Amino acid sequence: MSTLIQAVDLVKEFPVRGSLFDAFSLHRAAVHAVDKVSFSIDEGEVLGLAGESGSGKSTTGRLLLRLIQPSSGRVEYRGRDIISLGTRELAAFRANAQIVFQDPNSSLSPRMSVGQAITHPLQIHRIGTAAQQKERVLDIMEKVGLSPAGFLYRKYPHQLSGGQSQRVVIARALVTRPDFLVADEPIAMADVSVRALILQLMKQLKDEMGLTYLFITHDLATAKYLCDRVAVMYLGRIVELARRDELFGRPHHPYTKALLAAVPVPDPKARREKNLPHGEIPSAIDPPAGCHFHPRCPFAVAKCKEGRPPLREVSPGHLSACILD
Amino acid sequence: MKAVQSAETILRVNDLVIQYPISIGVVRAVEGVSFTLADGEALGLVGESGCGKSTLGLSLLKLLRPPGRVTRGAVMYRGTDVLGLNQRSLLALRGRSISMIFQNPLTSLNPLFTVERHFLETIHFHDPSRPRREALAAVEKMLATLGIEGKRLREYPHQLSGGMRQRIMIGLALIMNPDILIADEPTTSLDVIVEAGFTELLANLRRLYKLSIILITHNLGLVAEIADRIAVMYAGKIMEIGSAEDIFARPLHPYTQGLINCVPNIRLEQKELVTMPGSPPDLVSPPPGCRFAPRCPKVMPVCREKTPELLEHGPAHEAACWLYTRKAAQ
Repeated sequence: MSTLIQAVDLVKEFPVRGSLFDAFSLHRAAVHAVDKVSFSIDEGEVLGLAGESGSGKSTTGRLLLRLIQPSSGRVEYRGRDIISLGTRELAAFRANAQIVFQDPNSSLSPRMSVGQAITHPLQIHRIGTAAQQKERVLDIMEKVGLSPAGFLYRKYPHQLSGGQSQRVVIARALVTRPDFLVADEPIAMADVSVRALILQLMKQLKDEMGLTYLFITHDLATAKYLCDRVAVMYLGRIVELARRDELFGRPHHPYTKALLAAVPVPDPKARREKNLPHGEIPSAIDPPAGCHFHPRCPFAVAKCKEGRPPLREVSPGHLSACILD
Repeated sequence: MKAVQSAETILRVNDLVIQYPISIGVVRAVEGVSFTLADGEALGLVGESGCGKSTLGLSLLKLLRPPGRVTRGAVMYRGTDVLGLNQRSLLALRGRSISMIFQNPLTSLNPLFTVERHFLETIHFHDPSRPRREALAAVEKMLATLGIEGKRLREYPHQLSGGMRQRIMIGLALIMNPDILIADEPTTSLDVIVEAGFTELLANLRRLYKLSIILITHNLGLVAEIADRIAVMYAGKIMEIGSAEDIFARPLHPYTQGLINCVPNIRLEQKELVTMPGSPPDLVSPPPGCRFAPRCPKVMPVCREKTPELLEHGPAHEAACWLYTRKAAQ
């Protein structure tokens, strides 16, 4: 299979607005949101990006679509560097690469009807005549389960249920027939029964439309259900990346193990001691030296403080960034 | 599993009905809910948003805000009806006998107060005569139990991490040593590792303070880790109630079955999730008969006409479903 999209040494630092005093100092504080992240996604693949809040997952997703400009590093889509694209080429790329966010209500304009919202991308990219656009919108609405499409076409966001709103957002993302979709926690706000429906829909659409996903989630159980490969992020770095069965069956990195142990299991007979790491994810303004996880790691040794542990192959296709491996 | 039967009942909710009159009619948020909580027991109250679990939780402390009101039923705490108490008795009850924590600790903490002042004010409110030195000693002991360093006492809420804020919240709720803790989605705003830490803390505190717990959540994983008994709510009614083991291993009600099957489980290899189409009904004009009937995969004609009662279909395992009531009748 061929690579669809690839991140190479992506770095994103956000400057921290400090006091007047800071403005004169030589050392400017910055949030190291994404710190040299590299990965590739094959055509038709679902790559999961898992981690806690503040790990840089969402920033990575936005960088991949160039919604924000990286501090350094490259993104290649079908072998072309996205970062150096001009305005017109970037627009063409955006028709092929879309994003779905967590909260459908903040992604939809309350003043636009469902039909208008889903037609909008076609107008922006000047695809088809008005009649063709309408046909295409109704078609994608049926595909995502917004049925009867003719009836819902005229509705406004406040008249929709949470599940329907997220379907509108998905329909809008897919109406230009992209081949790549970043899904940034698309089910985190939804109710339990709606989550399952949206997940099922995303799986089905992927097969029907030949889509490739970057699926960002904090929930490993969801990642296990949907993803082919999973990358685990911690404080801006990928600490482990492996095929789904490998990651869940033979996790290597202590952070991945901790995350897996912490997931609550819906089975009272599975209650157990969890051996949790202490503390919480530290600030990305001044991250710990060496391995970012070492202050919380139960296996940390003195060497963990020295230098960034390289992301090494521990078995074919299974990468882990831990010097103890 | 605790010996629930032998323990004394500490809280009894009888036929509670809660309504919100609004412009287009009356929202029947809670419709005839009854359950008991045994001393030392942890009861989970699960269901999707809008099923009435938070409304029910608030009513147990008479914290409902207008227009919401209890139109029928009683909440009996050790023999007294909480809903009949005057303001003064209520203030004494809240925090000292029954405490509650909420989803977002930031909205419950005062941004202008230090951690220490939060604690001292709570203690002073309930026990004005307690000397400051004694109160401080109690606070320091509580912080140690919560695993929070003493220096945090002089910090403000914005200086604390999310997990620490939630620890402070539970510390404030327990500082007067209540019997019952009502926790409404206590970990929803927390990350998974922090959530797991909070769950462990809750288990320790439960043992230490001999607490009874009512855990309100939509998170089946969380309820499976904490609760001894689980009540499943749908559209303002309890659909099923039983031991945690029974609810997960032998769910009776099709709604409970649907809820369990549609959650991705990290321990399983799931090729497909069993989904539950549709959404909960409008509570202004709920469907006649069983409120789950329009979404139920096993629906029968009787379900759309008559409301099934919550009846025992196994040892201490009740469900409100015609599937079993009919079998029992035959």
